Amino acid sequence: MNHYMVLKKKDFNAFIEKLSKKMKVAAPVRKGVKNFAFEEVTRGDAISRVSLPTILPPKKYFMPQRETIQTFDRAVPRWNSVVSENDAIVIFGVHTCDLSGIQFLNAVMGTPPKDANYLARKANITVIGLECNDYCDAYASCKAMKTHLPSGGYDLFFTDIGDAFMVQTGSAAGETLAQETGFFTTADTGEQKKLGNIRKKKEKIFKDEISVKYANLRTVFEKTVQSEVWEDIGSRCVACGNCTNVCPTCYCFDIQDEIDLNLRTGRRVRVWDGCQNEEFAKVAGGENFRRKRGQRQRHRYMRKFAYPMEKYGTYACTGCGRCTRTCMAKISLKETIHALGEEAKS
Amino acid sequence: MTALLESPYEVMAGKILKTRQWTDLEKYFEVELPGRKDLGHEPGQFVMISVPGVGEAPISVSSSPTRKGSFEFVIRKAGGVTGMLHTMKEGDSVGIRGPFGHGFPTQRLEGYDLLMIGGGCGNIPLHSLITFVLDNRSKFGKVDILVGCKTPETVLFAEELKDWAKRPNVRLDLTVDRGGPGWQGKVGLITKLIPGIPTDPQRTCAVVVGPPIMYKFVIQELLKKEIPDDQILVSMERHMKCGVGKCGHCQIAQYYCCREGPVFTFKEIRHFYEAI
Repeated sequence: MNHYMVLKKKDFNAFIEKLSKKMKVAAPVRKGVKNFAFEEVTRGDAISRVSLPTILPPKKYFMPQRETIQTFDRAVPRWNSVVSENDAIVIFGVHTCDLSGIQFLNAVMGTPPKDANYLARKANITVIGLECNDYCDAYASCKAMKTHLPSGGYDLFFTDIGDAFMVQTGSAAGETLAQETGFFTTADTGEQKKLGNIRKKKEKIFKDEISVKYANLRTVFEKTVQSEVWEDIGSRCVACGNCTNVCPTCYCFDIQDEIDLNLRTGRRVRVWDGCQNEEFAKVAGGENFRRKRGQRQRHRYMRKFAYPMEKYGTYACTGCGRCTRTCMAKISLKETIHALGEEAKS
Repeated sequence: MTALLESPYEVMAGKILKTRQWTDLEKYFEVELPGRKDLGHEPGQFVMISVPGVGEAPISVSSSPTRKGSFEFVIRKAGGVTGMLHTMKEGDSVGIRGPFGHGFPTQRLEGYDLLMIGGGCGNIPLHSLITFVLDNRSKFGKVDILVGCKTPETVLFAEELKDWAKRPNVRLDLTVDRGGPGWQGKVGLITKLIPGIPTDPQRTCAVVVGPPIMYKFVIQELLKKEIPDDQILVSMERHMKCGVGKCGHCQIAQYYCCREGPVFTFKEIRHFYEAI
């Protein structure tokens, strides 16, 4: 059942400390002026609660950059599957954009044949969301992607209401975790009202950031497959793959074998990979089905705005703005959508 | 918490029963699973073959499921895994994962005249279907087989081709792009052979497997013959890494080639850029 509790800000430090004695706690930590990263913390005051997204989304806890999926010994004709289970971990400070990213990954990895490695990690992760009361920066498009408000995907969800956090429970696991720490009280009507006011204020602050309506996005992308916009983006893209690495819904990977120095034992690992890398769609005969950078960028966008609608019934863009923020070539998601939208009109 | 799910990356230990170097680049392998367990594949499906320490590569099964107990591959040396496979011999072990994907819809093909066209490596997955059809000969109409290869030295399944040509109601034609000394067969593109084949388009299913460039021209010829686009089947080559619709490498538009493919109807893919 969804219900509201309150955690006083003065108890926040103690709450995180107590939690970190029981299990790992990861949260955004400041890394320089505008950069933040999810890291293990043991103290509440180490946590940054600004709304700007972390460099990498929390997907790294569900699907690490590098993960052993098998071990082998060349002397024995046997491969041993490894489904490694992480220690129990709480991820605190997951913004609503990233919650929707996790929900998307859950849908993909939970579609049969299910990804046992992902699901084993997920089973040990508790997610605590944190509301953005205001925009992080001008790159976000969370209102347009309908991810600026909490909509599931969390065990607990925090909203800063001044001297306290309003805490919404999303799962029995979240409820138990909160109860066990002993810091949470039931919300009174005054606190409920404060939350209501914040949400009302958000309605005024958050406006559609892109010029194409949510319902029309898929059609716009499908109509503009042959657009010159892709040529333009392709001419600027340096194929670094940053956009896919930082994307909360990019999950493509490569599978590689590593052999130990004894040349006998080794392991098979899966590592993050991305469609922007030149080799990604190349086959053994040398044919590359997305040889040009423009084609690869189009593929990335289609995988956010067209294909997943068909397959999973949702867009795969969370509006977090990371791809634009990280792009060295200043390829902007909002500008791209705007240009395609204008073209689709004509 | 214990893992409740079995890993989709589980590898079975296969044993190589027989190998034979067929051409400079292609080598034949017969493989069995522990206890001669049936692979349970459909013609046109693929498996991931593992060489520990080197990696995994997607390889089509060339034998028909009608032949039980073991299964076959014909593997072109093209990269790390296939290069290493070429050094392997009888008794060596290889990892097998799969079979994966949708193969040729053999039930749907029943009752149709079949026009099967293979180019180069494409003849390998096609071999699985042709053997299946010939093993179930009474279920299918007339069978036309067109085989195209670059040179006489690269012709695959040469002995079997002679045998197939002798089967009742089977017509087989072989052409090479470039002839050579002693070659008395046809020389020229496979597309040239299509117009001369008498077809009743409504009751014909065409099956095309070959390099991308071949699809472009062969399919044009088939459409000229008025074979409906949902009766033209193609098998798409992509570099599958996971085989279970996750890793993204084999994606063609919204399709994962390893799951929804590798066999598609031309109708399914004709409007997708980047497909062929």
